[in-house]
Amino acid sequence: MSLLEIRGLRKCFGSVVAADDITFAVEPGEALGIIGPNGAGKTTLFNLIAGGLFPDSGTIHLDGRDITTARPHERCIAGVARSYQIPRPFETLTVFENLLVAAVYGRRKSEADAAQACGEILDQVGLMRRANVLAGSLTLLERKRLEMARALATSPRLLLLDEIAGGLTESECGALVDTIKALHDSGVTIVWIEHIVHALTAAVGRLIVLNFGRKIAEGNPDAVMSSADVRHIYIGIEA
Amino acid sequence: MTLWANALMEGVLLGGLYALFAAGLSLIFGIMRLVNLAHGDLIILAAFVVLSVAAWLNIDPFAATLAALPIMFLAGFALQYCILNRTLGRGLLPPLLVTFGLSIIIENGLLELYSADSRRLHGGSIETSSIALGHSIGIGVVPLLTLASAIVVILALNFIFYRTALGRAFRATADDLEISQLMGIDHPRIFSIAMGLAFVVITIAALYLGMRANFDPTIGPERLLYAFEAVIIGGLGSFWGTLVGGIIIGVAQTVGAQIDPEWQILAGHVAFLAVLVFRPRGLFPLPVD
Repeated sequence: MSLLEIRGLRKCFGSVVAADDITFAVEPGEALGIIGPNGAGKTTLFNLIAGGLFPDSGTIHLDGRDITTARPHERCIAGVARSYQIPRPFETLTVFENLLVAAVYGRRKSEADAAQACGEILDQVGLMRRANVLAGSLTLLERKRLEMARALATSPRLLLLDEIAGGLTESECGALVDTIKALHDSGVTIVWIEHIVHALTAAVGRLIVLNFGRKIAEGNPDAVMSSADVRHIYIGIEA
Repeated sequence: MTLWANALMEGVLLGGLYALFAAGLSLIFGIMRLVNLAHGDLIILAAFVVLSVAAWLNIDPFAATLAALPIMFLAGFALQYCILNRTLGRGLLPPLLVTFGLSIIIENGLLELYSADSRRLHGGSIETSSIALGHSIGIGVVPLLTLASAIVVILALNFIFYRTALGRAFRATADDLEISQLMGIDHPRIFSIAMGLAFVVITIAALYLGMRANFDPTIGPERLLYAFEAVIIGGLGSFWGTLVGGIIIGVAQTVGAQIDPEWQILAGHVAFLAVLVFRPRGLFPLPVD
């Protein structure tokens, strides 16, 4: 059974169709990349999956269970986690507390188990040194790491990453890709939206291309990136 | 000289009562940005609940308050879960209108049930006992207990806020409601627990309100005003600030009354305005809003 199965998803904002009959599935353990020009509906898609928005029609199943109308916190507990393009830490909480909230409420862990798990995650993403500072005082790179660490603290089965590499230097980006790969190797299923295509193709096994809310291509990253349609719509704009 | 010292002391102790009024209001506003216009009437409602429990079980007001606390927690939880949660997330107006309506309903419901007669919680000998300081100044035991209770309540709230998982959830929902949901927080439930806690504080405030002076169903709105002033003087979001705010109003009132008995209420409001003029964000504002 697919971990995530999306069928006929549609969402309009007035006359703008942000998601137009989108259908795809994500297998357990897969890493899927999503690309598309600005305004293609990528972030809307994530909002629909994580529960910030509800679709006009279509269904979302997680591990066979219909979560189309589930509330955001229920989806978190069911195993969906997402990171935001512009990191949104709880600025008035410390870095460690940010993770604890996620572990205690998102994964129903006891305080002691949560502290243990969060310590390990902070170590893994390289934020241990900053554990006890307020999240509001972090730099951009640290915020991006916290954004991912906090999503991880909910022990997700499906991790949605929204342009997490944007705004980073080449070497920072490389380190982040390594972290994401390690995460994927440890068994987390990943769906990753990214404009930085080389970072994306280094980590994912399959690519979906969106444009004007529609899925216009899907498949092996190399094949997708070399198709004429995608080169015309996507690379044409990027270059 | 002793008169002034006495007035000052009384004011500080009275500040404990105002801090208790304010702590519940501050708790709710801090977590869910809900301005509870029924807060004062809820304090009076709680005083009548304590009065009824004391009469019904034939126990003193302290025991009656203990008995009332769990009931009031559940009442607060239910009020938030069933009614107030529906008013949130649609702008400032719906919660204001609903709590204003609630305030009118409570006041008139109490008038219907208990009439407009003045009541008092009778605590027996403790009401008149005092501790002598020197030969001319005495501190009443009940006012002293009021201030001590305010300090204990604030310590407890700070502990919950900064040392427990529940408190982290309170702070996380206050910080970013949308993200907190993505972290698995069921915010309607968290808000309801917060209102339950506020009702516990309200009930403790009601005990001391009822032991200090007479009360009747119509005096709620004025308690709300004192609570507001204490919260705003202290700066939104700081529980210790509400204590300082309460004490400032309390001292202003008793010192004002010492100058001229008619100035008591006025002096409290003037102190509030003075703080607003010089420190518009209160004495201890949070660094980020």
